[in-house]
Amino acid sequence: MALRGLLYLLLVVFVAYYMLPLFVMAITSLKTLDEIRAGSLMSLPESASLTSWSTAWGSACAGILCEGLQPFFWNSVKMVVPAVLLSTFLGAVNGYALSHWRFRGANLIFALMLFGCFIPFQVVLLPMARTLGMLGLAGSLSGLVLVHVVYGLGFTTLFFRNFYVTVPVELVKAAKIDGAGFFTIFFRIFLPLSPPIIVVTVIWQFTQIWNDFLFGVSFSQAGTQPITVALNNIVNATTGVKEYNVDMAAAIIAGLPTLIVYVLAGKYFIRGLTAGSVKG
Amino acid sequence: MAGTKDPVLKIEGLSKSFQDVDVLMDIDLAIDEGAFLVLVGPSGCGKSTLLNCIAGLEEPSAGRIQIGGRDMTAVAPKDRDIAMVFQSYALYPRMTVAKNITFGMQVRGASRAEQREALDQVASMLQIDHLLDRRPAQLSGGQRQRVAMGRALVREPKLFLFDEPLSNLDAKLRVEMRAEIKRLHQRLDATIVYVTHDQTEAMSLATEVAVMEAGVIAQRGPPQEVYDYPVNTFVAGFIGSPAMNFIEGCIRTGDGAVEIEIALDGATAALPAQHYPFAGGATDGAEVIVGIRPEYVAGSDRSSDGPAVVLELVPTLVETNGFDQHVNLALGRGEIGGRFSPRERITIGTPLRTRIDLSQMSVFDRESGRRL
Repeated sequence: MALRGLLYLLLVVFVAYYMLPLFVMAITSLKTLDEIRAGSLMSLPESASLTSWSTAWGSACAGILCEGLQPFFWNSVKMVVPAVLLSTFLGAVNGYALSHWRFRGANLIFALMLFGCFIPFQVVLLPMARTLGMLGLAGSLSGLVLVHVVYGLGFTTLFFRNFYVTVPVELVKAAKIDGAGFFTIFFRIFLPLSPPIIVVTVIWQFTQIWNDFLFGVSFSQAGTQPITVALNNIVNATTGVKEYNVDMAAAIIAGLPTLIVYVLAGKYFIRGLTAGSVKG
Repeated sequence: MAGTKDPVLKIEGLSKSFQDVDVLMDIDLAIDEGAFLVLVGPSGCGKSTLLNCIAGLEEPSAGRIQIGGRDMTAVAPKDRDIAMVFQSYALYPRMTVAKNITFGMQVRGASRAEQREALDQVASMLQIDHLLDRRPAQLSGGQRQRVAMGRALVREPKLFLFDEPLSNLDAKLRVEMRAEIKRLHQRLDATIVYVTHDQTEAMSLATEVAVMEAGVIAQRGPPQEVYDYPVNTFVAGFIGSPAMNFIEGCIRTGDGAVEIEIALDGATAALPAQHYPFAGGATDGAEVIVGIRPEYVAGSDRSSDGPAVVLELVPTLVETNGFDQHVNLALGRGEIGGRFSPRERITIGTPLRTRIDLSQMSVFDRESGRRL
């Protein structure tokens, strides 16, 4: 019993340790500036005020543009959705080809893709900038989508390949004899098996791309900047009074979508895993 | 072109190697309509590779494959007019049984009505009507096996290919499904190539057996012929359970009689071999292996005409299975197995009068293992 109590105590300590920063952010975002200056970091707001949230969303100044995070939020959405869908789909096709249509050099290609996962972002900045320039995509959202798709392919391919190698080869053989070709087998037999790994990949890619700052700041221009860049610009503004409550609200807004994806898709993730565990 | 006399399947000079390993070497094979050919052999003998080559799932390194009189060597699996049943059943996991069975028709563009009709026919034949809306995961092993066969049947192919279809079933179900496959073959007059490592399955199903060893077909013929006249010690040892007894001996041709001298404990015995049709004649002094099936090693009370020898042998192990006793007997430095009547009283260590019937014996060259 004592051991169990100790265990729970330890868990509570860890939960507090991880939740405290979020707690401070949340209460700070609800305080007025006067309250922040007067009170301590941990004190609760006297009356919750959402003004800093609406400022962060609609009128905070990121650089010279004072429209809040809103336009940048939609930039991020316009970047993340196609980038996640494309990289997930291409990763699925790649993984399927690499696991079940073994061709000469398949292993080498897979090894190179894996290697791509370990290349630091900074290394590819310059060559990527040149490439985007030559493609005429410099500074555009499509350019950012391309960068994230290319950079994500290594991971998504790895995920899907490792999932598909567990699918029996005989399934493909049977389908071939039934007359199905490469894509028919993919769409009719492999994709229906894939929800668990699709969810994993989508969570991973969404988090990566939404949270990315380096590519966002390097390959965007005014009007195409993603939310992470805007957040930086709001928080690091050097003029005027430092509005901590707005900064905190902005940071929470910027981080909210990944949280939501975890909460929503995480459930399907577990569900998908247990559904897939039935033999057959 | 495709006359009725054409064999359904004809393979000429088929070879297959993976990198440096020769898996199949110069295989020739032809089977006629209605044949049930079982390819049998130990794992790694190339039987599954041969089946995959016939199906078009593996590309042969050399040789030609004809199906229904057409050269199919370079034709895609779907155009070979074949259907295949796999060991793991390979049912599409996210499709219902009905979808599984009609998937091929659907891919080939058959109308819904055609699909429905074919499905109904096959489902009632295999008695799986009530399962059509289920997923493979909701089926038992035997039911999955039926669905897999349904998927093959619905195609009405020239040639059925079975790749160890019963290996995943438990013993009782395996015997049931075996009978069912045999019945299906008789009813449909289908032409079947069937791969298994189980010689019992091979013997009971086949109209023709091809025993494979290390990439070649060691022997091919009706099951009884392969059982009675194995061409070498490999086939002799592989076919039949319990396995054939091998006794080393030496040919003696004195006084116009042909005998095979075998070593007992400190003595020798002579097995009369006058009756044995030596292919190249009997050479005096030739070192041979005598092959005798356990059912010809029995108690001395069982008598029949024909060549035999009675020896006093010491039992070392007795296994009873109800309809006979399988007894291991010390002979020379080794042991032989015999099948004795269940009424016979056998005591381990007490010499037993044993009659060895030599009428169905096989004699092999000791060095090459070939039948003499």
